[in-house]
Amino acid sequence: MVELLYLAAASMFIFGLKMLGSPRTARRGNMIAAAGMLLAILVTVINEEMLSWGIIVAGMVTGGAIGAVLALRVKMTAMPELVAAFNGFGGAASALVALAELDRNGANLPVEIAAVVAASLAVGSVTFSGSFIAFGKLQGALPGRPVALPGQHVINAAMAAAIVALAVWGAAAGVVAPFWIIVAVALVLGVFGVLPIGGADMPVVISLLNSLSGVAASMAGFIIGNSALIIGGALVGAAGFILTVQMGEAMNRTLANVLFSGFGSTVAGAGELSDKPVNRATADDVAIALGYADSVIVVPGYGLAVAQAQHATRDLGLALEDKGVTVDYSIHPVAGRMPGHMNVLLAEADVPYEQLLDLDQSNPRFPQTDVVVIVGANDVVNPSARDDADSVIYGMPILEVDLARTVIVIKRSLSPGFAGIDNPLFYNENTMMFFSDGKAAMEDILKSVKSL
Amino acid sequence: MSEVFISGIVVFVLAAFVGMEVISKVPPTLHTPLMSGANAISGITIVGALAAASYLGDGFAAKVLVFLAITTATINVVGGFLVTDRMLEMFKKKPVKRDG
Repeated sequence: MVELLYLAAASMFIFGLKMLGSPRTARRGNMIAAAGMLLAILVTVINEEMLSWGIIVAGMVTGGAIGAVLALRVKMTAMPELVAAFNGFGGAASALVALAELDRNGANLPVEIAAVVAASLAVGSVTFSGSFIAFGKLQGALPGRPVALPGQHVINAAMAAAIVALAVWGAAAGVVAPFWIIVAVALVLGVFGVLPIGGADMPVVISLLNSLSGVAASMAGFIIGNSALIIGGALVGAAGFILTVQMGEAMNRTLANVLFSGFGSTVAGAGELSDKPVNRATADDVAIALGYADSVIVVPGYGLAVAQAQHATRDLGLALEDKGVTVDYSIHPVAGRMPGHMNVLLAEADVPYEQLLDLDQSNPRFPQTDVVVIVGANDVVNPSARDDADSVIYGMPILEVDLARTVIVIKRSLSPGFAGIDNPLFYNENTMMFFSDGKAAMEDILKSVKSL
Repeated sequence: MSEVFISGIVVFVLAAFVGMEVISKVPPTLHTPLMSGANAISGITIVGALAAASYLGDGFAAKVLVFLAITTATINVVGGFLVTDRMLEMFKKKPVKRDG
């Protein structure tokens, strides 16, 4: 009976995830998954002979309060950090479950159980420390650029090998110590694994850590022989993996390249940037171009999140629509710092779903578009990816904004994007550069548009 | 290898395939809520933490481990589902407020 109830909970996870995949049913899907979780918790609490209510209540109240405050207070622009942090807590929980089992049973375990204990400890710990490094990078406490020791990959490979060796030692000798050392090594490995990955590759990293937190939960499920954990963890592991692969494809890079290349660590010096002239524009120039256009497409990037410009951007969009201009928004799959980052911000600003275009919908429309406004995006609109076979980003699918009649780039300076390369788009004849903070720029342009 | 463990592997592999099938065609707009919802589901490890509490001995280390496991898993579950709901609420259609 208990097994069947766990199966029911797992089925609710599957239904919930399925419904999360469609805009109409997503919210209900999330609630169904949450109900499945509640069911699993209730079954466990009722079924097991609970001898330590104090610890259970204390843990759930503390955790529930922290989780609720974080979830309800954090700003939408800080969502990538929060998702990273939650991933980290999930990984930590799975590693702690494995440690508690080890503490209770000792290390005289059947080989297969010793293996899943080691896997749960290793994956959970890597997820925990890796997520908090990602958190630090996203939040700005750590440098967003790649940071690596010389020979970092060799060191990391050696640590991974050490974890396997420790697991074999622990299982063969039946001693607990090696398992604790696994935790220590894996924590360092998580730090060293994520530090060398640059900020703009975070969509891949966060999806991967998401996947790992699922794998860790699944391994914990094998330890205690619980199918709800095995199924729930495997679902999340697979879902996170699919997303990871999709993000990699959106950058035309393999997962190995994202994880190991230290991409973005070579920042072009000022001398490598072109000294060609650019067309500087004022808020009035931009307002005239926008106000007399028939069609405008806004291309947001990470800079929009940094400047918290989503509401100002929406206000400008509404003002233009009032003048009879068609306004749409093109979102590159890896714009921002996590999958779907820009969609969340524009949804917060009440931009209707129908006005959000993905890569495939956008590119055929640019040649018929009067004005494209780029707010805080750079590499994802760099024509070098299409035209320059020597470019480091060559082959990455881009939004081909340069095909529009006029391109307006709102940017604080001419500095290169994450890939550290110059963007020829800025020097095109039909490009106007408006140097300003994203939010201030939108507000200034809005003022000018209203006085047209 | 025990039979329970082997049937666990069967369940794991099948569930992974189900996960891939269910996820593969999600529009980019829903990527973030999907990820954070999935993240909340990975908090199912709370069941393991609760189970560990049921046969808790007198050791101090065990108590600390179990307390931390329950706390972190609850953060993951409660925070994950709540923040996903908060995001999805923004996605639903609202009457657009226009100023000016």
